[in-house]
Amino acid sequence: MSDTTLRNATDRVWPEDGVTRVPAWIYSDPEIYAKELKVFHYGKTWNFVGLDCEVPEPNSFKRSWVGERPVIITRDAEGEIHVVENRCAHRGSLLCWKNRGQAKDITCPYHHWTYNLSGDLMGLPFLRGVQGKGGMPRDFDKSKNGLTKLRVAVRGGSIWATYSDEVAPLEEYLGPEILMRLDRLVSRRPLRLLGYSRQIVESNWKLYWENSRDPYHATLMHPFLSTFGILRTDGDYHSVPLQEGRHEYTYSQYDPELKNKTSEASKQIKSIHSDLEVKDKEVVSSVVDEFKDGMMGAFQVFPTILVQQYFNCLVVRHVIPKGVGAHELSWTYFGYADDDETINRLRLKQSNLVGPAGFVSLEDSEVLSLMQPVVESCPDSVQVLEMGGHGTEAQSTMMTETLIRAFYDFYRREMGL
Amino acid sequence: MTAPVRDEVGRITRGELRDLFDDYAACLDAEALREFPAFFTEDAKYQVISRENHDDGLEHASIFCLGRAMIEDRVTATVEAALYQPRSLRHFVSGVRITGEENGEVRAEANFLIIESLVEREPRILMVGRYLDRVVREDGSLKFRERTCVFDNYRIRTTLVIPV
Repeated sequence: MSDTTLRNATDRVWPEDGVTRVPAWIYSDPEIYAKELKVFHYGKTWNFVGLDCEVPEPNSFKRSWVGERPVIITRDAEGEIHVVENRCAHRGSLLCWKNRGQAKDITCPYHHWTYNLSGDLMGLPFLRGVQGKGGMPRDFDKSKNGLTKLRVAVRGGSIWATYSDEVAPLEEYLGPEILMRLDRLVSRRPLRLLGYSRQIVESNWKLYWENSRDPYHATLMHPFLSTFGILRTDGDYHSVPLQEGRHEYTYSQYDPELKNKTSEASKQIKSIHSDLEVKDKEVVSSVVDEFKDGMMGAFQVFPTILVQQYFNCLVVRHVIPKGVGAHELSWTYFGYADDDETINRLRLKQSNLVGPAGFVSLEDSEVLSLMQPVVESCPDSVQVLEMGGHGTEAQSTMMTETLIRAFYDFYRREMGL
Repeated sequence: MTAPVRDEVGRITRGELRDLFDDYAACLDAEALREFPAFFTEDAKYQVISRENHDDGLEHASIFCLGRAMIEDRVTATVEAALYQPRSLRHFVSGVRITGEENGEVRAEANFLIIESLVEREPRILMVGRYLDRVVREDGSLKFRERTCVFDNYRIRTTLVIPV
C-alpha cells in the first residue's frame, strides 16, 4: 500500500481515466486544500460575500468570508460598498466582532487603531508616545497601513469581492446565462433580508459542491421531492455546464400534475409514497407565480454560492471552507422590499424546504458528514462518475453526472492536476 | 423575581408548566413524533430560530410552522421521508418561569439543552437556548399556542432533524 501522506500536492497524479474517476485524496490532502484556497478563493475568481440588504443604510457593516479569511462588507456615509479584511493592519487581531450593525468607523479592540469604512487608517493612540517617549517613528505612513481592501463588484443586490487584479469584470466572469438567472432574482426589485440559517458540516467543501451538481441523487436521497411531486426523474430537467465547467445551472418546468402520474421511473424509486399528503399546501406549491415563468432551477457560481429556488423561497447558499474536513453552509433568505404580508408568509413557510432542517436538504449534510471519514480513510480510492456517459456536455436528464465531470475537468486545469 | 402563581382552578401554575415541559421533552427524547403535534393548539405557532435572527428582528426561522397542520406535516416528512443517521437525544429543561399572564394565557420561559449521541461519536451539545412560550388551557390540558425556540448556537451542527 502506498503511503499518500508522504507525498506532496505537486506529486499527485490524477487517475488515468480522467474525469470519470475522482481520487479520494482531493477531499483530505491539506496541501491540495491550501492550493485550492490560493488558486480559487484568493485567486482569479469573484467571491460572493453578501446582499446589499444586509448593509441597507449608510454607515452599516456585515461580516462575511472569502475562503477562510474573515472580511467586512461596509457601506460608507456616501452609500458606497467596500469589502476589507476583518484583520487589523497592526497586529492581525479580529477587528469586527459583531455580525451586523451600524458604525461610522472601525476601531480595533486591541490597540484602538481606527479605520474609516473604506479601510483607510485614520488614527492610532499615542502616535507620538507619552511625555516625549515612545510612539511611532516619524516616518510611519498611515496611508500605507490601512486594511487590506478587496476589489468589489455589485450586481443588482448582490455583492462580490476578489483579491485579484487580473480576473475579468464580474459580468464577464459570470457570463450571460448566470447573469440572466442572477438578475431574475436579485436585480429587478430592491431586496429585503429575511434572515440566516447556518450549519457546520464536517466534510470537505467539494463534497457539497458536487452534491449540488448531482441531480442523480436528488429524487433518491430526498424522498420528499418525489413524494410531493416537486421534482421527478421523468419530469422536464436540464443540466447545463458553463465556461468549461466553472459554473453550471439546472432547471425544470414545474408540472402540478406530475404527482398524480406514475411511470417506469417513479416505480423504480422505492421511496415514493404516493399516498402521502401535506396538509398545508402553501408549503409545497407556487401560490404566487412571482416571476411569471414557472421556472424552478438552481445555479452555481464558482467557488462560493449555489442559488436554488423552490416556489417563493429565495435563498443564497454560501459555501465557506473551514479547514480541509469541514465547511459552513450559510443560508441567506431574502424577499423584496415591497413584499406584502401574503408573499412574506409564503417565503417563511417555504423556507422549511431548505436549510439545516430542510425537507429537501437535511439529508445532504447527513450523508456528507458520514462520507468524510470514509474518504479520509481511503485516500487512494477512486470514485466512479459514468452516469450519463463520459463527457462533460449539457444533458436533458437527471440521470447524469455530467455536471460533476465538467467541474473536475475545470478543476484539474486550474489546479494543474 | 416572579411570584409563584397560586394553584387555583383555571389558573396555570408553574408546577403545571414544569409537567408540560417535562412531558414535551420526554416525547422528543423518545422520538415519539406522532404524539408531538398534540402539544399544540390548532392555531399554534412553532418555530426554531437562531438568536442571531431573533435579536436582530429577522423573521426567518430554521423550522417555521404556522398552525398545527404544519407541525403535523413536519412530523410526516420526518417520519415518512427524511433520511438521517440514528441518534439519541436528551432534552434538559430548566429555569421554568412565568413572565406574564393575560386572558387565561400564560407567557413562560425556560432554558433548554439538547445532547445528541451518534454512532461512533462521543455525546455532544446539539443545541442550547431558550423557550419563549404562550400556553393556554384547552379541554382541561395545557397546550402551546406559541413555542419559539431561540437557539444560542451560531451554527447548527450538521442538521436539525428532531424538533427542539
